Amino acid sequence: MIRHFAAATVVLWGQSAFAGNEYHIFPGDAAEEQLQEALILAEPGDTIILADGVYDIRNGLSLDNPDVTIVGGGMDRSILSFKNQSGGAEGLLITAGGAILKDFAVEDTKGDAIKIKGVDGVAIVRVRAEWTNGPDETNGAYGLYPVQTKNVYIDGSVAIGASDAGIYVGQSENIIVRNSRGEYNVAGLEIENSYYADVYANELTNNTGGILIFDLPNLPQQGGHTIRVFDNKSYANNTDNFAPQGNIVGLVPRGTGMLIMANRDVEVFGNDMRDNDTVNVAIMSYVEGFEDETYDPTPKRIHIHDNVFGVSGGNPDTSEFAEIVTGALGTPLPNIIWDGVMPLPNFFLWGIEEGGRHSIHDNVYEANPPFGNANLIMYFAARWLHKPSLSMKDASETYPSLGPVSVVIRGVDVNDQTF
Amino acid sequence: MTRRSKALAVALALLAGPVAAEVNDGALAASRPPANLSEIGLFDDMAAMTPNAAVVPYTISAPLFTDYALKYRFVYVPASAGPAAYQGEDVLDLPVGSVLVKTFAYPDGAGGIHRVETRLLIHQEAGWKAWPYVWNEAQDEAELKVAGKDLALTATRPDGSTVDVAYHVPNVNQCKGCHVGTDGAFRPIGPKVRNLNLLEEGGNQLDRLLAAGIIAELPADRASIPATPSFTDEAVPLEARARAYLDANCGHCHAPGRPADTSGLYLNWDEDRAIHRGIMKPPVAAGRGSGGFDYDIVPGDPDHSILLYRLDSTDPGIMMPELGRSTIDQEGVALIRAYIEALGS
Repeated sequence: MIRHFAAATVVLWGQSAFAGNEYHIFPGDAAEEQLQEALILAEPGDTIILADGVYDIRNGLSLDNPDVTIVGGGMDRSILSFKNQSGGAEGLLITAGGAILKDFAVEDTKGDAIKIKGVDGVAIVRVRAEWTNGPDETNGAYGLYPVQTKNVYIDGSVAIGASDAGIYVGQSENIIVRNSRGEYNVAGLEIENSYYADVYANELTNNTGGILIFDLPNLPQQGGHTIRVFDNKSYANNTDNFAPQGNIVGLVPRGTGMLIMANRDVEVFGNDMRDNDTVNVAIMSYVEGFEDETYDPTPKRIHIHDNVFGVSGGNPDTSEFAEIVTGALGTPLPNIIWDGVMPLPNFFLWGIEEGGRHSIHDNVYEANPPFGNANLIMYFAARWLHKPSLSMKDASETYPSLGPVSVVIRGVDVNDQTF
Repeated sequence: MTRRSKALAVALALLAGPVAAEVNDGALAASRPPANLSEIGLFDDMAAMTPNAAVVPYTISAPLFTDYALKYRFVYVPASAGPAAYQGEDVLDLPVGSVLVKTFAYPDGAGGIHRVETRLLIHQEAGWKAWPYVWNEAQDEAELKVAGKDLALTATRPDGSTVDVAYHVPNVNQCKGCHVGTDGAFRPIGPKVRNLNLLEEGGNQLDRLLAAGIIAELPADRASIPATPSFTDEAVPLEARARAYLDANCGHCHAPGRPADTSGLYLNWDEDRAIHRGIMKPPVAAGRGSGGFDYDIVPGDPDHSILLYRLDSTDPGIMMPELGRSTIDQEGVALIRAYIEALGS
């Protein structure tokens, strides 16, 4: 059933605040149609309230009006179940800015769980996206999936079982992902082709890889940069990679704490990473062939400091990529590995370009060497001359810390509002 | 009422006095559309789907596959707003007050048709709006269904065989899933000049639309008008047919600035970069839609091409397009298979 409440006007200190209409949705046979109708009719400032219970949803839901709030009774109380989904490529699609999603769950979608495309402003707070059958390559690709979006705020949310990334922010800018948890995904949390992100106080465990910072070619937005990853826990990410063949995330070795690929200006500090069976942190170039003159496959200015790295690398993955790295550097791998790949003129003449070198300092290493340059160019070009290096030479630049990111939802900084 | 008695009633009504039925421009301009399609006056006779004199039928050369539905298209431009200026590349620049009307129907098994829904795309002051109307059993009225509707139907394929269809009348948000411009606003897709530039009985369709006051003018050099070929016309070279098919079925989303540009796969008619057309292009966010394959198109190897795999599926987590069908377009799949095979030679 659906109940439609009249607008409430609240007078505060002489100013009137328009609270908007409320659409109350309750579980039942008519819930899907009523919810979708509310999503269509809701106007800016309106709130759609999902009563506690499990909702059997057959078709993808979508919201295209700005500044609408969807709120449930809690991520374990108001559950949109897509177990019987027959239509729509995702569970909930949002194509209007200023959406606030909080306190509900989306389960077992055939494709992505919640996708937000091409908008300004989305807040995802205490929302859970999960495939309840656990890791499986037939699960949808992404759990929480803002793409081509400005001002992304994800707080206190959970993603479980995605066959690509649990929390995935792609081709976006001005991003905060905090206090969230990713478990039993291929990638726990991924920032891809994005600018200005703060990723902090998250917990990633039991994924194939905990945190990925990626950049890929041939996309409308690329050249990912200016990303802070701090105060996260990424441990025991030892689930076998279950990504369907063909997906780039399929190359992530089981047992990876963090993988930075082809980004620049990434600052990693205050994190605790341990018990990852292959490696705590890997810094890599884009490894596939590409035709895109505007794309730079080489990571630059990766700044890793004041982290604690516990025991890792005890049972490295045997995938092709992991075997190359362990073949080059031996086992257990150092805590932070770099593939050492760069454009060939740089490699033979002067090394990684001035101003592009990495900076690694003041970390606590409880076991294993701090850093290794796998020197993969020589590994493939002339293995008899190949010499990996444990020297910090290419990782001893000095960089200032990056500044915090500000995210604005409906005109207000997220730190100045309560969700 | 039998068809004959209906015709008689219409004739009597005409004799009774001048019935200058007009399209209800006020209803078209209203923020909420009327509950019943008949109130808009697009059809003089709802049961026979006889259009008002100002409502002009048209067809397009490369239509979207929609579970083998028959489609009947009409366009209305208010006389006061004047015809649309000619533009060669994009959708006709139809003035405010215009409506695009598309009725979806299936054979009724008795030689006639059973209408399922009529979609209206209305150009209002604030932009384009889409509303779906679902026809009743009596086939004399269609009712507004904002949230869409699921229907179980039977379709007839071109070879005469039948197939069960889980027909989904899209809700307005789903309409916008495809009908969206680079500016994020609602927009029509089909009536581009290059899709309307086709021969019909009596000449080129564009000349008829010109005479009917839909298009303001045409270039004197008719040969300069772009044209998308019909992908069912086997006289057209295979690659052009395949590209016309992909443009009609995929290009409205898979194009720069459109909803699926996040993938970097661009299947619009104008795209010429091989990598962006999918040739040896790895997927970006396909998930299990990859089918375990590495590239969208592997020339010469359709069975390892993600693009064909997704056309040939009805699983909502795999299939492309994401909306608008519950069955596989077997003829379309055969065309794209032949195209990918030929790319290898």
